[in-house]
Amino acid sequence: MYNEWIFAGIGGLLIGLSVSLMLFWNGRVTGISGIVNGVLTPQKGDTRWRILFVVGLLLGGLIVGQFKADAFADNVQSSDWTLVIAGLLVGFGTIMGSGCTSGHGVCGISRMSPRSLVATVTFMAAGILAVWIFRALGVIS
Amino acid sequence: MSFKNNLASLVVGFIFGLGLAISGMTQPAKVIGFLDIFGQWDPSLLFVMGGSVLVHFFTYRLIRKRNSPLLSSEWHLPTKTEVTPALMIGAILFGVGWGLGGYCPGPAITSLMSFSPRPFIFVVSMLVGMVLFKFYDKKKKVRR
Repeated sequence: MYNEWIFAGIGGLLIGLSVSLMLFWNGRVTGISGIVNGVLTPQKGDTRWRILFVVGLLLGGLIVGQFKADAFADNVQSSDWTLVIAGLLVGFGTIMGSGCTSGHGVCGISRMSPRSLVATVTFMAAGILAVWIFRALGVIS
Repeated sequence: MSFKNNLASLVVGFIFGLGLAISGMTQPAKVIGFLDIFGQWDPSLLFVMGGSVLVHFFTYRLIRKRNSPLLSSEWHLPTKTEVTPALMIGAILFGVGWGLGGYCPGPAITSLMSFSPRPFIFVVSMLVGMVLFKFYDKKKKVRR
């Protein structure tokens, strides 16, 4: 039980460290939806760092997966089509809304950006309502 | 971007991926439990955003005292301040998808390393969603 809080805290500190290094080295916001979206519309000289960032994400996951048995535990009961709809909404919504949990939630809040504060409160509230409704409907359990 | 910038980006992605996979954000049931405040609320993931903002709130201010980043001649930071309808609608759509699937973009990509089908289905759909927005944006010229 307490372990989960410790893991969450350590993970949070590492994420804070990584976005700080991105700012210190490259002067950029670490917004994952934006970084990925940039790969889908490649521009000369602006694509390689994005791909390498994603490779880094994958390597980090690969390493933790070797040591932490429940790192990718997936105990959600929902249909694959539910997951397709969820993915479409996340992809469309994060680009329309200029960011996700990392760009708005971590970097934007730390910068005290008004847009990011509004976006973060909005997507948290929408997520809370969605879980409440879809649980009640039995779409996810 | 130079070789050094690209290498820096790889290192940042790696540490970010370690953090995500350790934190619990790559476990969709935990994410849904975190959002389930009217049910069996699991607040532990508060420490992920709490920990990361705690660090970056201070490092942001320290780093911005410099004239430029270490490996670039200028800052590349967002400058928009206006809260637009697209920002709100996009955040709502994202939030609904996040609650429905239990994945946001970073954890979904990192979870591909479980080599199981569900993160893969989610990530492919997410990329399709991003492309769909591009088509929508071409028609509607969305002011973001």
